[in-house]
Amino acid sequence: MKKWRCLVCDFVYDEAKGLPDEGIAPGTRWEDVPDSWTCPDCGASKADFQMEEV
Amino acid sequence: MTTATLPAAGLWRDNKRYWWLLGSVAAAFPLIGYAGHLAFGGVLWWWFSPIVVYAVFPLLDYLVGEDNSNPPEERVDSLMKEGYYRLAVMLAIPVQLTTFVWGSWMWVHGGLGGWELAGLLLSVGMVSGLAINTAHELGHQTDPLERFLAKLSLAPGAYGHFYVEHNRGHHIRVATPEDPATSRFGESFYEFFPRCVIGSFRSAWQIEQRRLQREGKSVWHWSNDNLQAWAMTVAIWGGLLAWLGWTVLPFLVLQAVYGGSLLEVVNYLEHYGLCRQKKADGRYERCQPHHSWNSNHVITNVFLYHLQRHSDHHANPTRSYQALRDFSDVPRLPSGYSAMILLAYFPPLWFKVMNPRVVAHFGGDMRQANIKPSIREQVIARYSPAASA
Repeated sequence: MKKWRCLVCDFVYDEAKGLPDEGIAPGTRWEDVPDSWTCPDCGASKADFQMEEV
Repeated sequence: MTTATLPAAGLWRDNKRYWWLLGSVAAAFPLIGYAGHLAFGGVLWWWFSPIVVYAVFPLLDYLVGEDNSNPPEERVDSLMKEGYYRLAVMLAIPVQLTTFVWGSWMWVHGGLGGWELAGLLLSVGMVSGLAINTAHELGHQTDPLERFLAKLSLAPGAYGHFYVEHNRGHHIRVATPEDPATSRFGESFYEFFPRCVIGSFRSAWQIEQRRLQREGKSVWHWSNDNLQAWAMTVAIWGGLLAWLGWTVLPFLVLQAVYGGSLLEVVNYLEHYGLCRQKKADGRYERCQPHHSWNSNHVITNVFLYHLQRHSDHHANPTRSYQALRDFSDVPRLPSGYSAMILLAYFPPLWFKVMNPRVVAHFGGDMRQANIKPSIREQVIARYSPAASA
């Protein structure tokens, strides 16, 4: 499980936790997050995220 | 959410395409005024920028009216990739810097009287304020050159913290009580201004501190974006001080204060009273189009790179200005920013015009609004007796 950080605002998407509130189940890999999904904090697109070592 | 007009992609032409160059013309307003002064004489020419922004723009907004046309969705990608639009914004920066250096020289060596100096100060300060809008557009881009130019454009007005705070602070907390740059129902501009500047400054520092800590660096590391942006101010102001002497210092400081106030009065308009609701998990709902005030007035929009199409900007912050859309069902200001700024300077007038709009937006249920804490209970009770019972 990896974490991805928004380059615009620092929001972290944690694959282990997912975002159940937005219909993204815990354990959803980054590749499987829909391309239309945007950062819940600042609205940046998926392309604006970077994988981060944890 | 519905978009106002959707013509076929093949037929669509950007009718504002060449009007975007007016942003660069605005950066030259003090020089245009000076040309007018040389040609016709008179003190008023030194006041050219404030006269245009406070008097001519509201009038033109009223006469020219609104434009609700949107680019068709299929055209957005190609429109955003056109280099012309990026260059049109970047062009404003050499113009702004020229105006700034000219103004500084004129302050010291122009042999001007009191009223002329005051006009020069406000005229150049206004350019520094408008430049924050240029920096805003460039600072949202991911290209390193544009991000560098964003910092440069903030330097004359000494507003470097905006570069950090706007994207990584304001955009996250917008329309919540935690955002220093979101004005509250019942809060006058004069209460908002210091709260916003101090809060934004503190937040910008903390944001970079956290980032650098994560990277194992000191907050004083050179890669601190705040320090980089402020260093440009030190370099430019320092150069002018070395060249023109200490007499230029009051000019530099006062034009920066006025330029910053101009940006903050615009911030004051953009989310007044609006509020995102908290979800069950304690996070705020996503920022949606109904969390920003909008205006489609053409004149102010072309001078401000569509900043007034603010709902789309916050819902899609990486969307460039030329592609920002109007939505038909969003909170709407009665006029463009120019006229609304004048109202904001006179709080009783502002409250008279805007408070009923906020109340109407929430259908009287002010529990959902972002209200100045000291009057929150009163406001809720006043507009929604059933809710407080």
